[in-house]
Amino acid sequence: MAQDDWSKPAAKAIPKEGYFELEQGRFGPLYPRTPACHGFTIIAKIKPGTEENIRAYGDRIEKTIAELPDALEVLRLHYLRWVLFDIEGATYFMYQGIFDTDFDKYTEDAVALFSKYGLNTVFENLEGFPMDWKTNPQAFVEFVRKHQRPSFLEYGEYPYVTADEIKKALKLKRAFSEMLDQMQ
Amino acid sequence: MTPSRRVETRTPVESMLEFDDIQHFLLTRTPALAARYEFLTFPDAGCGRAWLAGVLDKVGTGKSVGSERLDARWVTVAFTWNGLRALGVDEGSLATFPEEFRQGMAARAGILGTTGANHPEHWVGGLTDPALHAIIILFARDVAERERCKHEHLGLLERSGVKPLSSLDLEAVPPLDYSHEHFGYRDRLSEVAIEGTGAEPTPGSGRTIRAGEFFLGYPDETGLVPALPQPEILSRNGSYLAYFRMQEHVGRFREFLREHGKTAEEQELVAAKLMGRWRSGAPLVLAPDKDDPALGADLQRNNDYDYGKMDPYGYACPLGAHVRRMNPRDTAHHMERRKMIRRGGTYGPHLPDDAPEDGVERGIAAFVGCASLVRQFEFAMNVWANDPRFAELGNERDPIIGTQDGTFDLTIPRRPIRKKITGLPAFTTVRGGAYFFLPGIKALRYLAAGASAAKS
Repeated sequence: MAQDDWSKPAAKAIPKEGYFELEQGRFGPLYPRTPACHGFTIIAKIKPGTEENIRAYGDRIEKTIAELPDALEVLRLHYLRWVLFDIEGATYFMYQGIFDTDFDKYTEDAVALFSKYGLNTVFENLEGFPMDWKTNPQAFVEFVRKHQRPSFLEYGEYPYVTADEIKKALKLKRAFSEMLDQMQ
Repeated sequence: MTPSRRVETRTPVESMLEFDDIQHFLLTRTPALAARYEFLTFPDAGCGRAWLAGVLDKVGTGKSVGSERLDARWVTVAFTWNGLRALGVDEGSLATFPEEFRQGMAARAGILGTTGANHPEHWVGGLTDPALHAIIILFARDVAERERCKHEHLGLLERSGVKPLSSLDLEAVPPLDYSHEHFGYRDRLSEVAIEGTGAEPTPGSGRTIRAGEFFLGYPDETGLVPALPQPEILSRNGSYLAYFRMQEHVGRFREFLREHGKTAEEQELVAAKLMGRWRSGAPLVLAPDKDDPALGADLQRNNDYDYGKMDPYGYACPLGAHVRRMNPRDTAHHMERRKMIRRGGTYGPHLPDDAPEDGVERGIAAFVGCASLVRQFEFAMNVWANDPRFAELGNERDPIIGTQDGTFDLTIPRRPIRKKITGLPAFTTVRGGAYFFLPGIKALRYLAAGASAAKS
C-alpha cells in the first residue's frame, strides 16, 4: 500500500476539525492516522498551586517505568511529552502522546491503565476534571475529548511505521550483525 | 495525593447475588433442543402491561431454573429502549440508560463494522423498526414442547393485543450428537464462570469474573459498582443483551475448503485454521497437525492453553483465526473486562454434506449478555471481529464473523514461509440485530404495574 511506504517522508495537513470526513466513533469523531501515527494533545489549565504536585509525577512515572518497563505497553506508545507553560498568569498542562492505536478503540484500556499506575490522579490537578471519574469513565473520556486540540500538520520522516515494526527491525538488525560477526 | 489502586481484595459475593430476582438466561445454560424468538410491538402501554403481567410468572429466575425441577421450557423477556418508553417509563429515567442502548444496534453499525452486505438496511424481521419493543425468548426441551408453548403464547398475544413483528424458530442441527453450528464446528466450548454462582472455571479459562461485569448493581472488575440507570428498581439485577442473527453460507464454505485443500485431511486443516480449532473442538495450539476428537470433547482439556507462551507467532493457530481474535487470552490486556456470556442456537435446515447449496437461509441467532454493551460487545465487534489492523495483521478481519467482501486476507504462518489466503469470501452475513435490556423480576413487576414507583 502506497500509504504505508516508510521510505518516503510524508506530511499531512489536517482540517480545523481534526478529521477529513466525520466518522462517529464510540466517543465522538474518529481522528485519522497520519504519517506521524495516531496521537493526541490535551491542553488544560491547572488548579492554582498544583504545579509542584504535577511536576512530582515526572519522577514518579520515571520510577514506575524503571521498575515495570512494560507498564504502558497497552497504550502502544512511541512518545509521551508532558509540558507546563504559562499564559497570562495561568499555568497550563500539555499531555502529548504519539501512539499506534486508534484511541477510540482502546479508551477503556487507557483509563484502566491510568488508574492502575496513578496517572489519572495527575488530571485531578486540572480545572474541570470530573472527580467522580472512578465510577464515571464516560466523564473521564469527555474531559479528554473536550481538552484535545487536534494537530493541523503532522509529519513523519518514516511515515506510518508502528513502534512494534521499529522494534522488530532493530531486533533483526541486531541478530543480523551478530551473525555477521560470527562469520568473521 | 496518592496513586489510586484497584481494589484487589476479592470479597465473597455468594450471599449478595439475588438469584430470585435475576432472570435465569445468563446464569444457566439450559438443555434446550428447540427455541423460538418472538419480536413484539406494543400498540399502547396497556397492551404491553397486560402481556407482561400474563407472562411474568413463567419467566425463569436464577433460583427456579437448574434446581431440582425437570423443566421442559424456559422463558426470558427483554425490552428495547423504545419498549421501556412504550411501557410508560418516564423520559427522565430513559435518559439515564447508556447512549449505545438508547440508540439501538442499527444506529451503531459504523462502530460495530456491520457495513456492506451486513448493513442494517438489509436486515430482516423488522428489527430496525422503532416499533420493536420486546423479545420473548422461549427455549424448549424439544420441538413438540416449543409448538405447545407457541400456541399458548399466541393466546396471550390475542388477549393482550400485543403484536408480533416477526419470529424465528430454532432447532439443534444434525448430524452430530453434540451442539454444533451449520459449518460443523463444535459449539458451547466456553462458559464464563461468574463469581458468586458456584461455577468453577474449566482449566485454562482464567479465573472467575465478578458479577458486576454481567449484572447491574454489583461490583465489577474495578471493584466498584458502576452508576445504575434510574430508577434502581428498574435496573438492578438487569443486564444488556446484544442479539445477532447471522446467516451461514454453508455451500460457499464447503466450496472454499475444496478449493484450498486437495484431500479431506487438508480441507479439515483449512477449516481448523479459519477457526483456530478443529471442527471437533480440539484447539490447534494443543493439536497443531492432526485432529483429536477426544480432546475436542473434553471440557477439562479443550481450553487448557495460552497463546503468548505456547504459540506466540501463530504457527499452530493463526493470529487472525476466529477463536484467537474473539478471545486472545494472555495476548490481550484487560480480558477480565471483555468477557461476555453467549446464548443462542441454530436456525434453518441442515445442509447434508453431499448436497449443493440450496439457497435456504440457515445460521446462528445468538445473544451476548453483558453489563456494558460499549465496553464488552461493541469492543469485540469493533476491534476483534472487524479491525483490519488487529494484532498488526494489516488487512484481515475475523474469517468467520467479520464483515468480509472479498478484499481481506488470512495469514497462516508456517515455516519457512507463511501462506496467505487473499480475497477471503464472506462465509456469514448479518441478517438482523438489536439491543435489549434484560430486567430483573422486580423490574418486570414494576413495568407491568405501569412503571410507577408508588405501585411497586
